[in-house]
Amino acid sequence: MRHFFTILSHEIRMLLVNTSTYLAAVVFLFVMGFIFTFLLEVYSEAAQETSPAYDFFRLFLGFAVFIIVPLTTMKPFSEERRSGTLETLLTTPVSTTEVVLGKYGAAYLVYLLLWGSTAGLFYLLHHFAADPRLLDRGTLIGGYVYIAVSGLLFVAIGVFASALARNQAVALVLALALLFLLIFGTKLSLGIQFMRLDALRPVRNALDYAQVFQHLDDFSRGIIDTRHLFFYFTGTALTLILTILGLEAKLLHN
Amino acid sequence: MSPTEPNPPPLTIEVEHLVRTYGGMVAVDDVNFTVRRGEIVGLLGPNGAGKSTTLRILTGFLPATSGVVRICGIPVASRTDDAKRHIGYMPENNPLPEDMRVNEYLYYRGRLKEIGRERLRTRLDAVLELCDLKRIRHRIIGKLSKGMRQRVGIAEAILGEPDVIIMDEPTIGLDPHQILIVRDLIGSLRGRMSVIISSHILPEIEVTCDRVLIINGGRIVAQGTPAELRREVLGRTHYHVHLAGDLAALPAVLAQVEPTLVIASAGGPDASGFHHATLTTPRDEELGEPLLRALMARSYRIRSFSRTEPTLEDVFLAATKRSWDVVDLPGARIPVARRPRPGPPA
Repeated sequence: MRHFFTILSHEIRMLLVNTSTYLAAVVFLFVMGFIFTFLLEVYSEAAQETSPAYDFFRLFLGFAVFIIVPLTTMKPFSEERRSGTLETLLTTPVSTTEVVLGKYGAAYLVYLLLWGSTAGLFYLLHHFAADPRLLDRGTLIGGYVYIAVSGLLFVAIGVFASALARNQAVALVLALALLFLLIFGTKLSLGIQFMRLDALRPVRNALDYAQVFQHLDDFSRGIIDTRHLFFYFTGTALTLILTILGLEAKLLHN
Repeated sequence: MSPTEPNPPPLTIEVEHLVRTYGGMVAVDDVNFTVRRGEIVGLLGPNGAGKSTTLRILTGFLPATSGVVRICGIPVASRTDDAKRHIGYMPENNPLPEDMRVNEYLYYRGRLKEIGRERLRTRLDAVLELCDLKRIRHRIIGKLSKGMRQRVGIAEAILGEPDVIIMDEPTIGLDPHQILIVRDLIGSLRGRMSVIISSHILPEIEVTCDRVLIINGGRIVAQGTPAELRREVLGRTHYHVHLAGDLAALPAVLAQVEPTLVIASAGGPDASGFHHATLTTPRDEELGEPLLRALMARSYRIRSFSRTEPTLEDVFLAATKRSWDVVDLPGARIPVARRPRPGPPA
């Protein structure tokens, strides 16, 4: 793994010197700020049962993750394969695993950086409203920990899509489809009549275990369940292994 | 390489019975060749002949379907990473990251090639100097001209001082001035590194390379030095003569000089009674002097006389045509001219 840090630092550097990263960050923060303002308006009109942070994080799963994951992950492999620089990269003594992990690590750090920047919204709320009821510390910490943990898997899915598609647009659509399947597909499939068959109980249990909204609820309540951690860590490892295998298979049939 | 030479340079590239198929279609078909240290070898072939596939297999980027490739004695298939440490590669179209600066890119590539930081600094200065990139080392690659980009690609390939340099079409799309610079650059590597270049530009290969491999339909159809190839593939020497006199008596004169020398073509007399004639013989020896003497002795008047060297282009066209002709025969296989026996491992 001696090249991992070389690739990681190079990828981070390239993301940081690229104007499009800043442009994407500005757009992302603008959208998140807009959502946050909207939430605060709802809270100012009537009392709510949950804190603004809780709703903010639910919106993360329902909406923001679909913007930020493709944004940070659709470029790494698609772009390199399209331009042919992946060929020169893989003719140095670098393994596919190091390349995948390096690019994944950089995308994940940018993902964390973008999400970390949304903490500024809560700081502004705290600074100007100074109302402790609006800032539920447990929900806030739990929510950000959840974003960090779930981000491992979501970013891995994005990198996987990027490794499979030469075209960035195809990578984007593939990433969105896979994320939608994971976030909403598991929930929707449980509602299908067919799934209530006794024979499908193990499948139902597995789908129930993969309910990401349920995971967020638990994290937001300050419950850090090792089963959830296991789900995200193993899911990430599996997706990255599939990414490495997928990339090697693509190169084999180049 | 002469067999009498006491210590021939070691083999750096050994390719034995290399085959690569793409979904049932054979792209490289039983290719065999070797390259010694310090040699510059040209790989010639029409589009789709299997040049790029062969080079990609040499770099370890693409696995072979069967056969053995060794770089400096290291089998590429089983010890890919070790073999890659001996290779500098510049792929077709020379893909480079558009948004990096020249020195940043070379530094990054140097680190990936496992060059220590101290040595990398020295090497960077050396390759920037050698490739005349010092002035533009801080420029963004995406804003460089094609010639400069090619030089960046070559600088990257030679950065780690590898034993083997593989370049796929290094002069494609360059203007004549830039071609000269790249040619000199490649020539400067002669004797130190083994260089294998694929190209369509035949004069380029002729000037730069010590040896040429002609590949067609995935097979090596001819190989040797340009002079050897001329003899082997075309097998004829031509003389052009612009003369006046009795053309009917010319065959007899020629037969006296060399029995195999015949008139290949002769034009009609021009206004001053001179003919353009092409004489041909399978013999390779220089017949110019006795031929001129014989013509003068028979009172032929001569305005010009020359021996024409067939270009590599003629050789290439003849070799590829010959291979297609043989392929077109039912059940025929392409003759592999002078296929070498695999040399001993380095």
